[in-house]
Amino acid sequence: MGVEYLYPEFEVIRNESRCIACGVCVRQCANEVHAFLGGTQTILSDDAKCVNCQRCVSLCPTHALKIVKSDCRLRENANWDNDTIREIYKQANSGGVLLSSMGNPKPLPVYWDKILINASQVTNPPIDPLREPMETRVFLGKRPQKAERDADGKLCCSLPPMLELSMPVLFSAMSYGSISYNAHASLARAAKALGIYYNTGEGGLHEDFYVYGDNTIVQVASGRFGVHENYLEAAKAIEIKMGQGAKPGIGGHLPGAKIVGDVSRTRMIPEGSDAISPAPHHDIYSIEDLRQLVYSLKEATNYKKPIIVKVAAVHNIAAIASGIARSGADIIAIDGFRGGTGAAPTRIRDNVGIPIELALAAVDQRLRDEGIRNDVSLIVGGSVRSASDVVKAIALGADACYIATAALLALGCHLCRTCQTGKCNWGIATQNPELVRRLNPDVGSERLIRLMTAWRHEIKELMGGMGINSVEALRGNRLMLRGIGLTEKELEILGIAHAGE
Amino acid sequence: MKRIYVNEAWCLGCRLCEYNCAFANSGMQDMASALKGKPIFPRIHIEQANAITFAVSCRHCTDPICVKSCIAGAIRKTDGVVQIDQTKCVGCLTCVLVCPYGALAPNENGVMQKCELCLRNACGEPACVKGCPNRAIVYEEREADA
Amino acid sequence: MCSKTPLPYMRHYTRFSAFVNPFFKKIFLPCVRKGLTNPVARRIIQAMSNGVHFGTKPFRAEMGVFSFLFEEVNGMTPKEGQVRIPSGCAIAAVISREGRRMTGEKIIEAMKPMHERSNGLGGGFAAYGIYPEYKEFYALHFFFDSRDTRKTCEAFLKERFEIYKAERIPTRKLPQITDEPMIWRYFVAPLQSVLSDLQLDEKEFVVRTVMQINTQMEGVYIFSSGKNMGTFKAVGYPEDVGLYYRLDEYEGYAWTAHGRYPTNTPGWWGGAHPFTLLDYSVVHNGEISSYDANRRYIEMFGYKCTLQTDTEVITYILDYLVRRQALTLSEAASVIAAPFWSTIEKKTDLEDKAKHIYLRTLFPSLLVTGPFSIVLGFDGGLMALGDRLKLRSMVVGEKDDKVFIASEEAAIRVMEPDAANIYAPAGGEPVIIRVKEGAY
Repeated sequence: MGVEYLYPEFEVIRNESRCIACGVCVRQCANEVHAFLGGTQTILSDDAKCVNCQRCVSLCPTHALKIVKSDCRLRENANWDNDTIREIYKQANSGGVLLSSMGNPKPLPVYWDKILINASQVTNPPIDPLREPMETRVFLGKRPQKAERDADGKLCCSLPPMLELSMPVLFSAMSYGSISYNAHASLARAAKALGIYYNTGEGGLHEDFYVYGDNTIVQVASGRFGVHENYLEAAKAIEIKMGQGAKPGIGGHLPGAKIVGDVSRTRMIPEGSDAISPAPHHDIYSIEDLRQLVYSLKEATNYKKPIIVKVAAVHNIAAIASGIARSGADIIAIDGFRGGTGAAPTRIRDNVGIPIELALAAVDQRLRDEGIRNDVSLIVGGSVRSASDVVKAIALGADACYIATAALLALGCHLCRTCQTGKCNWGIATQNPELVRRLNPDVGSERLIRLMTAWRHEIKELMGGMGINSVEALRGNRLMLRGIGLTEKELEILGIAHAGE
Repeated sequence: MKRIYVNEAWCLGCRLCEYNCAFANSGMQDMASALKGKPIFPRIHIEQANAITFAVSCRHCTDPICVKSCIAGAIRKTDGVVQIDQTKCVGCLTCVLVCPYGALAPNENGVMQKCELCLRNACGEPACVKGCPNRAIVYEEREADA
Repeated sequence: MCSKTPLPYMRHYTRFSAFVNPFFKKIFLPCVRKGLTNPVARRIIQAMSNGVHFGTKPFRAEMGVFSFLFEEVNGMTPKEGQVRIPSGCAIAAVISREGRRMTGEKIIEAMKPMHERSNGLGGGFAAYGIYPEYKEFYALHFFFDSRDTRKTCEAFLKERFEIYKAERIPTRKLPQITDEPMIWRYFVAPLQSVLSDLQLDEKEFVVRTVMQINTQMEGVYIFSSGKNMGTFKAVGYPEDVGLYYRLDEYEGYAWTAHGRYPTNTPGWWGGAHPFTLLDYSVVHNGEISSYDANRRYIEMFGYKCTLQTDTEVITYILDYLVRRQALTLSEAASVIAAPFWSTIEKKTDLEDKAKHIYLRTLFPSLLVTGPFSIVLGFDGGLMALGDRLKLRSMVVGEKDDKVFIASEEAAIRVMEPDAANIYAPAGGEPVIIRVKEGAY
C-alpha cells in the first residue's frame, strides 16, 4: 500500500433498498468485485477490482446497481491530467510497458463527425428505398484494364477471383484466441446469413468453422500461426496482415495462458506457450518480398482466391498502398489508428498511426492519380461506427468497410478496455469456458444480423436521399460530402469542399 | 405444444430464472418489494455440479406420474399442461417423491407448487424464458417431443 | 435583353454575375490583358470609367481597372467548371434511317414548344452529315476571344495538323444573341509524322489535342471535333441559337438539339450543350447523382472534366466505353444504365446474364444514377437512353425513314404531325437507330 495505492477508478453504487441479494452480481463478476459478507444476505463490492464492464448492471434484476467514475481525483491540472499521473504511478509500481485494449480513447479528431452528407432537393429527386430498388451489393478484387472479347467478338465474361458482398461491410480480423470460440461462431454464422465475410485473424481456423469457408477470410500474419494448406483452401480470400491500426509497427502477443485446448491446436503451437507474432514478416523486408508472398499464396491456391494485404494507416500510407497495388494484391485493407485490439502497448495505441479518413482519402486519390485504382479494391477499418461512417467512407473512395469494435458491441462488449486480462465477463475476449459460454452464438449471430440489417437499411436511406440507387455510384463520389469546421489543408487531403461551398 | 427446454451449454447458473419465477408468481408489481428480505420459492431450480449448471422445471410429461400418484387428486393434466389445484393439496409430498426431475416443491406455506408455464399469472409467457440472459431456457414447439 | 446603352448592359451582367462567367475569365479577361481588343470588353471598361455602380459596390475608374478586375475575380462566385451546376433541360433529335439529309429548320421548330424547359442560358445543336465535302477531315469548331489567340492557336495547330480549310462559321445577327466570341471552324487532318512520333492512333491524338487546348490555352475553346458533323451552340434559347447559326442552311441526316435550364450559372457559350468529343455528341436532360464517382473514375484515363457538367462526363464515359474499351453501344448502355441485380438474376438467357454480371462488375464506377435522358449522336446513328428508374421524360416516334426523339411528344408533333408508334422507352433500355450502311 502506501504510495503504491491508487484509489479505484470506478465505484460500484448499490441501491440497498432495491437489492434483493439474489447474488446474480456475485456469480456473474469474473473480477470478483461482489461478494456476500460472510454468511449474511449483505453484498459488498470491492471497487478496486471493478473494470466497469457493466455485466452486473445489465443483469441485476432489480436495477439496483450502477457504476460511476470515482470522484476521488487528484488536484486539477490541465497538463498533468488524472490518467497521465495514474499511468506514471502504475509504471513506477510495475516497471512495465502499459497495456491497453480496444481502440484509442483519446480526444483526437474524428473526421467522420466533421463530414456531412448531401441530399437531393428539387433539381433531382431523392429515391425512396421502400418503393424503389436500392442496391448495396459490391464486388471486391482486381478489375482487368480491358474488356476482353473472343475470336467471334463475344465478351469473355471471366473475371479474376472476387469477393461478392451483399453490403459493403465485413467483419474485421479477430483471432480465435483473442476472442472466444462462441464469438467466432457468432461472426461466422452472421457473415453467412448476411452474405458478407468474417476474418479469422491470426489464430487459425477452428475445424468447426470450415463449413463457413465461403464467408471466411483467413489471415496469414507474421507468426504464421495456424497456416496450412487446408486453411488456405477453406477460405474465400486470404489476407496478409502487415500491420494493425491499433499497433502499427509491432507484432502481437497472445499470452500462454490463453493458448489452451482448441486454441493451441488451431494455432498449431504447444499449450501454454506464448504466441508471439514478430513485428515484421521475417520474409518481407521490402515491397518485392511482399510480391513474392502474394504470389506464393496465389500459387498455393491456384489463383482462385483474391489476396488482401492489410496495413496500418501510417504517415506515408499513399505510397505504401501504391506499392501494394503493384505487388499483385487484389485488395488493400487499411486500418486506421482508432482501430481496436485485444492488447496493445498503450503508448503505441494512443500515439502511432493516422486517422483512417485521411489515409483513405490520400490512398484513393493516389491510386487514381497513378491510374491503378481498378487494380485493387480498398477496405477501410479503424473505428467505423455506424452506417453514416460507412457511407462517408464509401463516398471518400472505399469499396467496403471492416468493422470489429461495432461487431463486438453487438455481441455484448461494453468497451471496458480490459481484454488483455482475459476475464471478459461478456464471454468475448476470454478463453475461460465458464465465461465463454456466456455468449450464446444463437443470440450473438442474431444480434449481428440485426445490426447489419439496420445499417443496410440506413445506408439505403442515405443513398436514396442523395438520389443514388446503387452503392457503385456512391463510391468515390466526394461531391456528396462537405466538411464542417475543417482547415483548408484537411479539406484538401479529404478532397472535399467545405459546407456552404 | 410449446414447452420449456433448457440447454445446459448456455446455462450460466446465474439463477435469474429462479428470481424471475418467484417474482412472476408473487402477483406484485415490483421485484424489489416482492422479493426483498424474503426467502424465495421459485418453481424452477438451478441444479449445479462442478461447472455444469442446469435449470430444472416441470416437463409436463406425456404420462405424468405425479398426476397418478397424487392422493388428493390435486394434480391434473389439462390441455397438455400439468396443473395443481392448491386448494386440494394436502401436503403429503408424494409428488415430490415420485417426480423423477424434482420439479415439484412446496411453497412458503407447505402447499405444493410447480411450473405452470406462467399461464395462470400475469406474466403471459414463462418469466424464466423471458429473463434468461443467454437464451439457455427456451419456450418452443419441438416435434420429437410431441 | 441587351441594349446598347452602358447601364442596362451592366445590369444584364450584374444579374447573371457576368464577372463570374467563365466567358469572363476565359475570354474577356485575357482580352483585357491583351489590350482591350474586344468590343465587349471596351464597353464594360467604358461603363466602369463612367462610374457605373456594380451591384452594391461602387467603382470608379480611378480604382484602377486591372486591380479591380483581379480583386473581383478572386472574390467572385465560381465559374462553370469550378463548381458543379445542376440544370434541367429539353432535348430533341431526328434521324433518317435512309441517310436522307434534312435542313435544321425542323429541329429548330421542335424546340419551340419546349421553350419553358430552357431559360435562355444555353442552347445548341449537333448535326451529322453536314460536311460531306470535307468528310475526311476533323471539323474543329472554335470559340476564340481575339484575333491574337486565334493566331497563336493556329500556329499550335499547324505543328500537329494539316489545315485544309479555316473559316468563320457564318452567323446571323440577332438581338437575342449577344456577347458572341469569334466563332471559327477548321477542317484538319493530323500530321502522320506527329502521329508516328507519339505512337498514337488518330482519334486518340485528336482527343488529346482537344483536351490540351481546352484545358491549357486561355481564350480558346473547341466545341466540336468530329468528322462530317458539327456542333453549334450559344447562350440563348435554342430556337434563337439555331437561327443565329443559320442551321436552316445546313443539311444533315441526323440532328440533335438541346435547351438548357441551368439553375445558377451565368451561362457560357462553351457550357451550352451538346457536348462533343470526336463524332460523339451528347444532349442530356437530368442531374446525375453519380457525377463525382463517374468523374473521378474517368479522369484516370486522361479525360479532364473541366466543365463539371453531367453531359461532359457522360460523353467521356461513352467515348471510353465505345472507343477505348470497344464495347458495343448496347453494352455501353448496359454499363451506364445497368439493370438492377435483381433483374439480372432473373434472366434466363445465361449468356446475357453472364454478360451483364461481367459488365457491372468490370465497370461499377461508370454506372450513372439519378435522373437522366440522353441522346448520343455518333457517326451514322443516334442512341437514346434513359436512367434505369426512368426519372426523366423521353419519347420516341417514327414516320417513314425518320425517327424522332424528344423530351415531350409536342416536339415530335411539330417535326412530324403524323409521327406514329410514339412510345416512352423503358428506363435503361437503349434505343439505337443506325443509318443504312453506305448512306452517310
